Amino acid sequence: MYTTAKGDEIFVIDGHTHFWDGSPANQKNIHGKQFIECFYAYHSNLSPPSEKWEKEKFEKYDAKTMFDDLFVQGYDDMAILQPTYLTDFYKNGFNTTERNAAMKKSHPDRFILNGAFDPRDGSKGLEDLHALSENYKLKGVKLYTAEWRGESKGYKLSDKPSYQYLEAAQKLGIKNIHVHKGPTIIPLNRDAFDVADIDDVATSFQDLNFIVEHCGLPRLDDFCWIATQETNVYAGLAVALPFIHTRPGYFAHVISELLFWIGPDKILFGSDYGIWTPKWLIDKFMAFEIPADITKETGSVLSLETKTKILGLNAARLYGIDVEAQKRKIRAGGGYAHLPEAVHAPR
Amino acid sequence: MAMNALSATDTAAPDWPVADRQAELWACLSTVSDPELDESVVELNFVTKAEVDPGNRVHIEFRLPTYWCAANFSFLMADDMRRAVSQLDWVKGVSIRLGEHMFADQINAGLAQGLSFQETFGNEADGSLDELRQGFLVKAFQRRQVALLHHLLAAGQPPDSIVGLTLAELSTLPFDADGETLLRRYLERRHVVGPMRPDASAFIDAEGARLSADGLPRYLTALRRVGVNAEFNSALCRGLLSVRFDLDTPFVPDAKAAPVAAQAVAATRPATSAQLSQG
Repeated sequence: MYTTAKGDEIFVIDGHTHFWDGSPANQKNIHGKQFIECFYAYHSNLSPPSEKWEKEKFEKYDAKTMFDDLFVQGYDDMAILQPTYLTDFYKNGFNTTERNAAMKKSHPDRFILNGAFDPRDGSKGLEDLHALSENYKLKGVKLYTAEWRGESKGYKLSDKPSYQYLEAAQKLGIKNIHVHKGPTIIPLNRDAFDVADIDDVATSFQDLNFIVEHCGLPRLDDFCWIATQETNVYAGLAVALPFIHTRPGYFAHVISELLFWIGPDKILFGSDYGIWTPKWLIDKFMAFEIPADITKETGSVLSLETKTKILGLNAARLYGIDVEAQKRKIRAGGGYAHLPEAVHAPR
Repeated sequence: MAMNALSATDTAAPDWPVADRQAELWACLSTVSDPELDESVVELNFVTKAEVDPGNRVHIEFRLPTYWCAANFSFLMADDMRRAVSQLDWVKGVSIRLGEHMFADQINAGLAQGLSFQETFGNEADGSLDELRQGFLVKAFQRRQVALLHHLLAAGQPPDSIVGLTLAELSTLPFDADGETLLRRYLERRHVVGPMRPDASAFIDAEGARLSADGLPRYLTALRRVGVNAEFNSALCRGLLSVRFDLDTPFVPDAKAAPVAAQAVAATRPATSAQLSQG
């Protein structure tokens, strides 16, 4: 919970978090080593110096550290766990649904557990998706269209097998399809991280929501174009938001373009934990205003109402979270005990 | 791994110092851009070595911000460097090596054998580089055009006279130093969307249609996101490269900075080569 100086409470849903194991013991090959090093470069490059972690902590953090960083030190009320399997690089996978499920089990009111599928897994994969959905009552999945799988170096959402999986997801009540369309996950071809396939499936599956993580960077321009035309396409801010510290000017341009093209109701906050932590991101975001010259150009303003939507209300809508009821649950469980009396007192 | 540039100097013909060829080589590489960022691969610190050996063969090494940078972009940049350098009439051969990249072995083998991207990656590659190259050239054109149009509007040129300009007329307008740069960069890419006849419209869109004065504000708004995207990616790439190779200070290749004195000693930046070879 973030509380403004005036006492406004902002309910925060962190749309993008991971509970990973990138440690050398779990690395299967050089790719596993390079993968976590690349994440660490993102972390080191964009974090304020005071927020930088040691490499060892970054490679593998425990559940308590994660809980503290998100909900005690940070302002998150809830967090979405997004899996990243990468079983070709890591012995037990990097960040699987099963690993994340342990976090969810310990703190059921705090986490939303998402699953994953890969259309290249055929009918076995469809069975697995059914089982995963039954076990964990999934409302969302995270997809990596550029993930390696044996000989294949990626797939498109518009491929025929992808359609079968999306149809299955629809039947299972999995409404939120988070798609990693972002930088540096092994794109051999442009296609693997092109956002055009989103356009295709967003039209074909009108009652699914497509949340494009990292707002399509490095394809922000193509993404804005597609998201404008499709009502069910959303932007996840992970990776874009940390620029608020190192390059506030660029961040201002990006957020004002997003507001201009897709509007305040379709942008979701995400820390991408453990690459970044929500505390400093949200502190900076709440203090941030789009400079007057950019507002003059785009007409975009980051009002308190808009910030509130981005930080939590938009995700709450997608995941059917009743914010007031959820706050009561968290408060009853002592989840706000670390906050000032005014916030955690029963009312 | 590093060749000794000094020995190359020693054996070069006295009337044609290797230093000049070295400088020419760097200047040539400066004209090659990262297709996506539309910035010079030299400016971006991607090129770590560019040397001329006694046989006038050129040896280039480059690196990228991440181990995962797209293989096709990597190949495209290498291919562009090879094409650019081969234009120099004294060049007898070009070797290009990409360092610390997940496809380094495949790409380097393909480059060494003069294969295309398609031939190098076989079934894993779909689509030729030409299409990709064209797509990014159009984006670069758009970005440069928007910058020039903003400059002209800010200088007080009315929209209806701007859209009426021919290429010949555009080149005769008075520009300040910033404007000159924007004009030069625009003209470098203008051919991507239409023929460069002097009487052709200076400002056309990606489909080759002349811009209209009324539609200009909307056109500029629509293209603004192309520029924002490129700047954002550039910031990301520079930052990642800097962390990955621990670049405390901006890398200025010696051959570029100091035409004669320093360059023969090392066109390779010693600290960087050491890190590269550590893997």
